[in-house]
Amino acid sequence: MIPKGLFRQPKNELEKSGLGGEEFVEITQTCPKCGFETPMSDLRNQNEVCKCGYHFRMNARQRIALVTDEGSFRELFTEEMSKDVIGFPNYEEKLKQAKLKSGEDEAVICGCAKIGGVECALFVMEPNFMIGSMGTVVGEKITRVFEYATEKSLPVVGYTVSGGARMQEGIMSLMQMAKTSGAVKRHSDAGNLYVVVLTDPTTGGVSASFAMEGDIILSEPGALIGFAGPRVIEQTIRKKLPEGFQRAEFLLEHGFIDAIAPRNEQRELLSKILSIHEKPHCEEDNHDCL
Amino acid sequence: MTAYDKVCAARAKGRPTGVKYIEEIFTDFIEFHGDRRFSDDAAVVGGIARLNGESVTVIALEKGATTKDKIARNFGSANPEGYRKALRLMKQAEKFHRPVICFVDTSGAFPGIGAEERGQASAIAENIMEMMTLKTPIISVFIGEGGSGGALALAVADEVWMLENSIYSVISPEGCASILWKDAKKVKEASESLKLTAEDLKELGVIERIISEEEGFDAVFAEVKSLLTETLDKEKSMDAEELTAKRYERFRAF
Repeated sequence: MIPKGLFRQPKNELEKSGLGGEEFVEITQTCPKCGFETPMSDLRNQNEVCKCGYHFRMNARQRIALVTDEGSFRELFTEEMSKDVIGFPNYEEKLKQAKLKSGEDEAVICGCAKIGGVECALFVMEPNFMIGSMGTVVGEKITRVFEYATEKSLPVVGYTVSGGARMQEGIMSLMQMAKTSGAVKRHSDAGNLYVVVLTDPTTGGVSASFAMEGDIILSEPGALIGFAGPRVIEQTIRKKLPEGFQRAEFLLEHGFIDAIAPRNEQRELLSKILSIHEKPHCEEDNHDCL
Repeated sequence: MTAYDKVCAARAKGRPTGVKYIEEIFTDFIEFHGDRRFSDDAAVVGGIARLNGESVTVIALEKGATTKDKIARNFGSANPEGYRKALRLMKQAEKFHRPVICFVDTSGAFPGIGAEERGQASAIAENIMEMMTLKTPIISVFIGEGGSGGALALAVADEVWMLENSIYSVISPEGCASILWKDAKKVKEASESLKLTAEDLKELGVIERIISEEEGFDAVFAEVKSLLTETLDKEKSMDAEELTAKRYERFRAF
């Protein structure tokens, strides 16, 4: 909401008229589903959900604020920093830009928090950091979340958003699929709960590893979820894909997710799921997290 | 040879495919079909056999030899039921205490409508997760192409070996060039940058061994046979817990 011409002198008579303070340029976001233009500030208050129900992408910090109990989140593993592991052209520059764009150091934020009073370990992927692509640091942080949760017998709640493995880290990013899956398995074998919420988009190496390994798999409405991206499939089969293909509703119908969870209902749903799984003895165990 | 030469060699017509390795290295092979859920995927060949007299489970991603065979096998690009068949056979191997040997040769898991409908991502994820704690030795040998998650779904192993002219990559060099540089012609540059040759991967610690192709494929079969026998003999002495702990650490290091 910046008055027109606030930062420069008017060049002529006509331009001056904008200086009165009556005229505002309201930045809006157009919904790709219904076409409605919602002012950015309103959209933020609506948790980035259009009035028609369309879910815009949401950054990780906003999500954490939305689903965790106020003041309960403590960030972990912030010391992990990406580097150019295989000497890939322009990768360092790309990392720099991603940091600037997202305001984050990497494509996932990890920590522990309470949801509905229940303590859990948490990972939330960041869409503005190379569309949540998974390199060694993303893999390492997520692995550490599961190892931490296994050690402390905590449930894990995870939010995925990812275009897949980060090709700038070559085979090392592929190895993260195995590394994270190993940690998920150990956490699971120890009898702990893992709830994952898939958000738009969750594809490639992330969908083919920890995103699909939850005890309970939820998804936001309309999220694109799949192994291969729609463009690759269209190029392979030389056909247009049907409407709604690889969307959350499609996966629900085909039996690959447990439920669709609209953003505004997630906190309550997660609270209920965590509370139903709460272990009777855990009160004394884990208080050192917070 | 440049990295791109290796890419071409790995895909070359006439290069022996999975079933040839099974034929040459093992005896008494019996093929088992189907994932018990949906269908049988001919891109994955699996069954039981003997290796120097010892019982083993063998699974291969098979591209096919003749044109007709290639079409039937979908050029070695497996659908979810292929990965589920592989996992079923691995679980069977675990039950009967047989080691698992996988031969990997695929440009990747198939990107198709049916594959997505039947949960390609879910099938690969399950293989990776279950292989991590499978209580029997697993060795994977890359004999041609190792395309991304579709290759990894048969390569969460105690040891991974690659033939000298095989490749293993997170994405095909063509895919990388077109996504990153919007130019499919930059495939040579992409092949170099991705570090996908056996030599690169040995240096990165992703594989344990490189099998030389210098003396032809008969020598390769003999070498793989003797190395498998030797390695499995060593792993036999390890108990299941020790074995899976070692496997976890192998991948934890990346």
